[in-house]
Amino acid sequence: MAAYEAEAPIVVRDPADAPAARIGRFAAKLPLQILLLFIGVLWLMPALGLFLTSLLSPENFNANGWWKVLAHPHLATWANYSNVWNNTDIPHALVLTAEIAIGGTALPIVIAASAGYAFAWIDFPGRDWLFVLVIALLVVPLQMALIPIFTLYNHLSLFDTVFGLILFHTAFGLPFAIFLLRNFFIGIPKDILESARIDGASEIRIFLRLILPLGLPAIASLAIFQFLWTWNDLLVALVMARNTQPITVSIFSQLRQFGSNIDIIAPASFMSLIIPLCVFFAFQRYFVQGLLAGSVK
Amino acid sequence: MEPPPAAAPPAPPSANVFRRNAVAIGFLAPAAILLGVWIVYPTVFTIVRSFFGPQGFGDFKGIDNYKAIFTTHLLLTAIKNSAIWIAVAPAVVTAIGLIFAVLTERIRWAVAFKTVVFMPMAISLFATGVIWHVMYIKDPGQGAVNAGIGAVKSWFTSAGVLQDGAPSTPTITGSVAKGFVLQKPLAAGGVAELGLTGIPPDAVPAAAKQAVVPQTKPGAIEGVVWRDFSPGGGKAGKVENQELGLPGVSLALYDSSGKKVQSAKSNDDGTFAFDGVSGSGYKVGVASSTFAAPYGGVSWLGSKLITPAIIIAYIWVWAGFAMVVIGAGLAAISRDVLEAARTDGASEWQVFRRVTVPLLAPVLSVVFITMLINVLKVFDVVISIAPGSTQSDAAVIAVQMWRQSFGGVNNFGLGSAIAVFLFVLVVPVLMLNIRRFRREV
Repeated sequence: MAAYEAEAPIVVRDPADAPAARIGRFAAKLPLQILLLFIGVLWLMPALGLFLTSLLSPENFNANGWWKVLAHPHLATWANYSNVWNNTDIPHALVLTAEIAIGGTALPIVIAASAGYAFAWIDFPGRDWLFVLVIALLVVPLQMALIPIFTLYNHLSLFDTVFGLILFHTAFGLPFAIFLLRNFFIGIPKDILESARIDGASEIRIFLRLILPLGLPAIASLAIFQFLWTWNDLLVALVMARNTQPITVSIFSQLRQFGSNIDIIAPASFMSLIIPLCVFFAFQRYFVQGLLAGSVK
Repeated sequence: MEPPPAAAPPAPPSANVFRRNAVAIGFLAPAAILLGVWIVYPTVFTIVRSFFGPQGFGDFKGIDNYKAIFTTHLLLTAIKNSAIWIAVAPAVVTAIGLIFAVLTERIRWAVAFKTVVFMPMAISLFATGVIWHVMYIKDPGQGAVNAGIGAVKSWFTSAGVLQDGAPSTPTITGSVAKGFVLQKPLAAGGVAELGLTGIPPDAVPAAAKQAVVPQTKPGAIEGVVWRDFSPGGGKAGKVENQELGLPGVSLALYDSSGKKVQSAKSNDDGTFAFDGVSGSGYKVGVASSTFAAPYGGVSWLGSKLITPAIIIAYIWVWAGFAMVVIGAGLAAISRDVLEAARTDGASEWQVFRRVTVPLLAPVLSVVFITMLINVLKVFDVVISIAPGSTQSDAAVIAVQMWRQSFGGVNNFGLGSAIAVFLFVLVVPVLMLNIRRFRREV
């Protein structure tokens, strides 16, 4: 069917595809094209503005709008970046952020995959009720946990530790992760699992050898979500840490002197968003899939 | 000595069920522990804690903390701001997402457009705040938003050449706000001398030349507008050596009834001319637009506009989400249905309004509800755009929860009550999610 459709235009020349008709359609769409182009430029501008601001020396920032750099490229300098890299704690904050984000991504995926498998394929009493509980936890605001966990962390010496932050992100990532993976796993054909069980494979073996490889697309979506979520967190780190500052907290502490610290704030902010942006562009497809699975389902 | 499977007596069901349950517990235990300790226990703790004062569990306060939420000025501001957020952000994000999704269906470079609009989703709301802080700088020379508004405004009105000025002689009356008028009536062939003082040397336009009194010309009224001040002082009302003409000044000619009949701009030496004039009783004046202040920029980050400003930044981030989800819903709509409506003679707007939107209703509501939950918890973008003195004006519920609990006051009782308030607001969504799931099963 699909192949047939692909061949059709070659065999039968659609009169609507004549050059004149094509130009006519193009002209009819021109206002729309221009409007969307304008919106696209508008949408790019704020992020571009931050990047160009990060290239201006403080004197040039105070004397010029960042858009002047487009006409006068000689105004741009990497000096702010080398200063931030060599003279501030931003590089250290980036390393900490990476540790938190990687831990906070890997741990919930492992835990949620095993729970998702149990919810999808092991028949135990109270399964649906427990899953309803997970769905209920999906929307519990982070704010409900800040005070008790802050108190708890002070008792357990988890306050101000990377591990404490990872555990917090893991817990609050779990409801969505379990929900997403359970829904994906349940779509795996039953025959595959049944035949593996009849062959005598243990549940662990089925999970590791069958479910995980088959669930890879969903796991990839989840990994991107969780990575962006933990990398971009501000609130949890602001409350649960003092010296273990990820990049967002580190920049936040400079924000009050916005005008005078712009040569640190702008490049540091750009450095903080370039890694999630790369992850996003590299795995955009999985990101969109996860988004649709999470919201439309 | 294993018996062949066929002959094996079926294992007692209880043992089998027990084994299966043990396996299930093994798979679920890590998740159960984390969810229990980090979400379920804190939820109970926070609810209980909200009935106690700052000192701890010895300090029972009943519902005082909840009363405080609705009586404290700061918290009422936060509730009001959250209400604005809830009323505006989800609806606008959904509407923009719908518009973008429908429009991009008609262009070939939809993927590029969607990527651009979707990109801010990867940027943290914190960095979004920094980005828009730069966009919102008040000086139109630095803040792009005000620069854009200023550029649009300059198509309609331009800034005047002078900031200030005063008449040098009593024959000229008026003010900077209303413009000045030379009270001496003139007839065709007359010359108007408009001397101004109170203009600092550096405010005189760079092109200015020595002022010149023009020769009279029949059928025209001519004149000069100049800075009536020379280093020695000079004589008021008289054009002297070293007194500069004022270029670019807007002048108006009024007839005897006071109606403006002509306008002109002065030359570099301050001279100007109104041609084709006959009769008498005219007056000449300096128009107030000469003194129009340059566009100073809107104070986006001031206490009045801060919440709308932050909501715009938030929409910039989330519109892409709405567009992508609604776009997927749109792709699932059968082309035949739309084509059928078009064949029946429906206009594009009717197709959109009567067919597309109703068919998309489930997707639109999902996007709207998702945004509703997100908006309730909004935090990062608020404190990063408004880190300083305007934070109280911009604060939403989640921000005040943090400030009351960890921002120096450290009132865990009140903080817990605010958290519970936030939680109560999402409970309807929670019920909705559960209902939807139970219908599926």
